[in-house]
Parts: sequence; C-alpha cells; structure tokens
Amino acid sequence: MNMEINLQRRKALKTGGGVGLLALFGALGLLQSGVAFAEWNKTAFSAKTMDDALNALGVIVPENGAASIQLTVPEIAENGAVVPVTVASTLADVEQITIFVDKNPSVLAANFTLPQGTEAYITTRVKMGQTANVIALVKAGGKFYRTSKEVKVTAGGCGG
Amino acid sequence: MNNSNVIKLIPLLVLATSCAATAAESEISDSDRIAQYREMISDGNPADFDEMRGEALWKTVAGPKQASLEKCDLGKGAGVVKGVYTELPRYFKDTGKVQDLESRLLTCMTTLQGIPEEEIAAKPFASEKKASDISSLATYVVGQSKGIKMAVSTKHPQAKEAYEIGKRIFNYRAGPYDFACSTCHATSNVRIRMQDLPNLNVRKDAQAAYANWPAYRVSQGLTRSFQWRLNDCFRQQRFPEPKFASEATVALTMFLAVSANGGEYAGPGLKR
Amino acid sequence: MGNPMKIRAAVKDGVTEVKILMQHEMETGLRKDADGTLVPAWFITEVKAQYQGRTVLETQFGQSISKNPYLLFRFKGGAAGEKITVSWVDNKGDTRSDEVTIAA
Ligand code: HEC
Repeated sequence: MNMEINLQRRKALKTGGGVGLLALFGALGLLQSGVAFAEWNKTAFSAKTMDDALNALGVIVPENGAASIQLTVPEIAENGAVVPVTVASTLADVEQITIFVDKNPSVLAANFTLPQGTEAYITTRVKMGQTANVIALVKAGGKFYRTSKEVKVTAGGCGG
Repeated sequence: MNNSNVIKLIPLLVLATSCAATAAESEISDSDRIAQYREMISDGNPADFDEMRGEALWKTVAGPKQASLEKCDLGKGAGVVKGVYTELPRYFKDTGKVQDLESRLLTCMTTLQGIPEEEIAAKPFASEKKASDISSLATYVVGQSKGIKMAVSTKHPQAKEAYEIGKRIFNYRAGPYDFACSTCHATSNVRIRMQDLPNLNVRKDAQAAYANWPAYRVSQGLTRSFQWRLNDCFRQQRFPEPKFASEATVALTMFLAVSANGGEYAGPGLKR
Repeated sequence: MGNPMKIRAAVKDGVTEVKILMQHEMETGLRKDADGTLVPAWFITEVKAQYQGRTVLETQFGQSISKNPYLLFRFKGGAAGEKITVSWVDNKGDTRSDEVTIAA
C-alpha cells in the first residue's frame, strides 16, 4: 500500500500531474514543503522478529554496544502507550540509529539517518504492549553495534 | 444504573479492598521509578495541542451572536486570561454566583456568543472521536497561569459558603460502598495498585494534585479537564455523575483549590 | 493537510537542539474501537528536518511510535534567528510542514 503511494508520488512528480487522490495529496504536500521523502522500508517495518527486521535493514551481525551506546529508558513505564527512549553514542561517525521493541507485533519502531554534523543523540517515544526489551542499534563507521534494556510495563490502575 | 456499571463494580470492590489498603513503604522503589518515568515524559506534553485549539477558539467569532470570547471576564476584567485560574473559583457579581473556570466559560459562551447552555453542556468532555470546545478553552486559560501561585479567596461570604459545602461533600459518605472522597483521599501513603492516592487534606499533596489539572491523560490520549477528573472520582465512588458545572462540583472545586493555595500552578499536566 | 506541529529549537555552545511534537493518531491498525471495529492503520512514516536547505535528520517511523510523536535531536551549527523546517508524511499520503526559528 505504502510503496504504491510512494511510486505514485514519484510518478506524479515526474509528470507534474496528479494520479489519483492519494497521489494528489502527496504531490500537494511536496509542492508545499518542497520535501522529497525516501522510500519507506516496508519490509523492515513489517518484520515480526528481530532477525527478519535486521535482515531487512541489511544488518550483518552487530557487535556488542553495551559500552558504546547509551540507551536510556525508564525501568518502569506507568503506561505502555508512551515509553520514552533516548539513544546516544560515543562512537565516531554515527550514521544511523535504530530502535526496536522485541515483543511488539512489528519489532522495528524507528530508524534515524544522521547526516554529518548531526549528533548521535535521539529521543523519541514508543508504544509497548507488554514488558519487553527496547533494543538500540547504532551504525558507525560502517559497523553495527547493539544494546538493549528491559522496560516493565505496568497495567493501568483502578482510575480508568 | 446500567448493566456495564454493575459489571464495573465488581473489580472495583476487589481493588478497593486489596489496593487501597496497601501501604506504600513496601514499594517505595517503584514509586521512585514511576517518578523517574514521569520526569522523562514531562517535556513535550500533547496538552499543548489542546491549548492551541482553545486559544484559537477563544479568539474566533462564533455562535448566534457572532462574537469571540475576548471580552469574557474570568475574574480579572474583560479579556484578561493571565493568572485568572489561580484565583478561581470566585464570586462573580454579574451572575451572583461562585463559579469555577468551566462554569464561568459556560456563562461567557452563553451570554457573549449566544450558544445555548444545553448545547455546551451536551459535550463537556473530549472523546476519542471529538474534541470538546469548553474543555479546550479551559486548557488554554489554565496554561496562562503556569508558574503563578494558587491564591483562591474565601473572603466573599458566598465563596466561604461554597468552600464549606465543598468540604462537606468531600467527607460525605454514601453510595453502595458508603464511600466519600475522604475514604480514598484523606490518608497518606495509600495507593490503588500503582497509583499513589493524594491525601487531599495535606497541603503539599493537595497542591500537587490540583496544580497539574487539566492534564493530558496518556492512557486515553486526551487532554482532560478538572471537572472530568472529579466526575471520574464520583464514578469510582459509585455516585451518580454530577451535572456539568453544577453548584456541587463548583463547591468541591472551591474546597480543593483552597486546599492547594500557595502551590505554584503547573498545568496543563501530563498524567499516566 | 495534517495538524500543526509544535517545534522548539535552541542553540547552545554551537549545538542546536530541536524538539518536535507532532499531532497524529498513530494508529497501529491492530486496535479496536469502542464498538469492536478494527481501526485502520494510520501513522506517520517519515519525518525530515532541514536547516538552510540541508537535511539534518531523516526519520522512518513504524506502528510502534506513540500517539502525538515526540522527537528530539541535536546538530552542530545553527544560529539564533535562523530557520529549521520539519516535514512529515503518513501512510495515507497526508503531509505537514512547519517552520521554527532557532532561539538563543
Ligand atoms: C475509590 C477510591 C476513590 C474515591 C472514593 C475518590 N477517588 Fe479521587 N482518585 C482515586 C484514584 C485511584 C486516583 C488516581 C487516578 C489515576 O491516577 O488515574 C484519584 C485521583 C484524584 C485526583 C487527582 C490526583 C492527581 O494527582 O492527579 C483528585 C483531585 C481526586 N482524585 C479527587 C477526588 C474527589 C474530589 C473525590 C470525591 C468526589 C474522589 N477523588 C473520590 C480514587 C478515588
């Protein structure tokens, strides 16, 4: 579905005309913002397991990043709907930061591409259906590093 | 009472006995961890969007009378929004009543804009499908009191009376479990599951509890008003849902606001 | 067109910190509403931040990102008064772009 949108958008761009409603929206957005987006990695974002997700991202066996990646997550998340995640790294030339939640239906949560000059420091918020591991993957100097931390997700209280 | 309410009663009973009685000491570290979690999500509060929505509504011409709310007097003169929330509820001469923020907004919307009261009161709270105008307006107004100390006055005899009535409601036991607000909120270090229950008779607790509402409720993905908070506790207490902007809720708000006096208003907040 | 974002950017010691809060439902496609009907997937797939025409962050999101997504990042450079543009696109092809001026 999404690939199709992207393809259509490209086509719309090339021809300069709208192809269908979705493409028209897309094209409008492009005209307004002047921003072209890369192709969304549907395969990776649909992956149900860590192995499949890593494969789809072209990751070769990552090295242990426990020392070189600073992954900050709460020990307990009062609500799984909002779990803050910060990934930072002391490695040189960080090109990419990726966040996974190993027990979510789709394990890949976010993938950040950092151009030169952007620091290896990202915070975002993920949803977690249950207590699980948050995994951070960092690509630096062409190599992959990985570390993880468990977040306990508590059930909602009596307050509704 | 409908069926679904009856079904909801059963778990509450279990929780009320098994959780309300749990002293906090055994789980102090969990409290700390939750405090840490709350700190980590404190930046970037989606309530900001409700604030933005409310501000636009405040300034937009609407209703049969085609007026904005910019002439609305919330206690510090027509159009003044800054700091008003820290002095609400208060006595208003024009209506001859003590009003909290929401009941006062209701007055402004009916008198200035000509919107019928029933129409406003029909959707006092935001839902997943639809935002509530009066609730968003309240979020906007409270945001203009951030950092200002609560200073609600009971000098006016009617204000004093509202405070006393509110206090009585707070301690009034009734309903199927013979619960009062004070059943859950007048003892320190009590929690229901993971939720610490504020002891609203203790100033510090009352300040922390009051000064963060309205709040974006993470579990619901919505910004909730103070009146909503009260209604939800009335529900937990198995009391009938109070009428929107009723004298009883204004009085109760008066009691809680005065209990929070001196505390810095910190909302709109962010709650689990 | 999507709803406005709330963006803050400030420069300190030569590094600009950008905080973005987006307004979006971020439906996973797995959630049922009150009536028990499945709510279709609807989420932001990509976010891009640009500073003076140069891309400073490229983001791809999946279904696991929270409702009203939050994003914080830092880049070297930037000066007070300069502008940063943030744009997103969602899986329905809807987009939004907002601009912020870097504060000191
Ligand atoms: C059965 C127990 C119970 C009763 C009775 C009860 N509450 Fe609560 N109250 C709670 C719980 C539990 C919470 C925390 C809910 C949450 O975090 O979702 C709460 C939260 C609150 C808060 C917000 C605290 C904060 O820090 O956000 C206020 C204010 C409050 N109650 C007032 C009242 C008032 C006023 C009444 C009487 C009308 C009342 N409650 C009756 C259980 C109760």
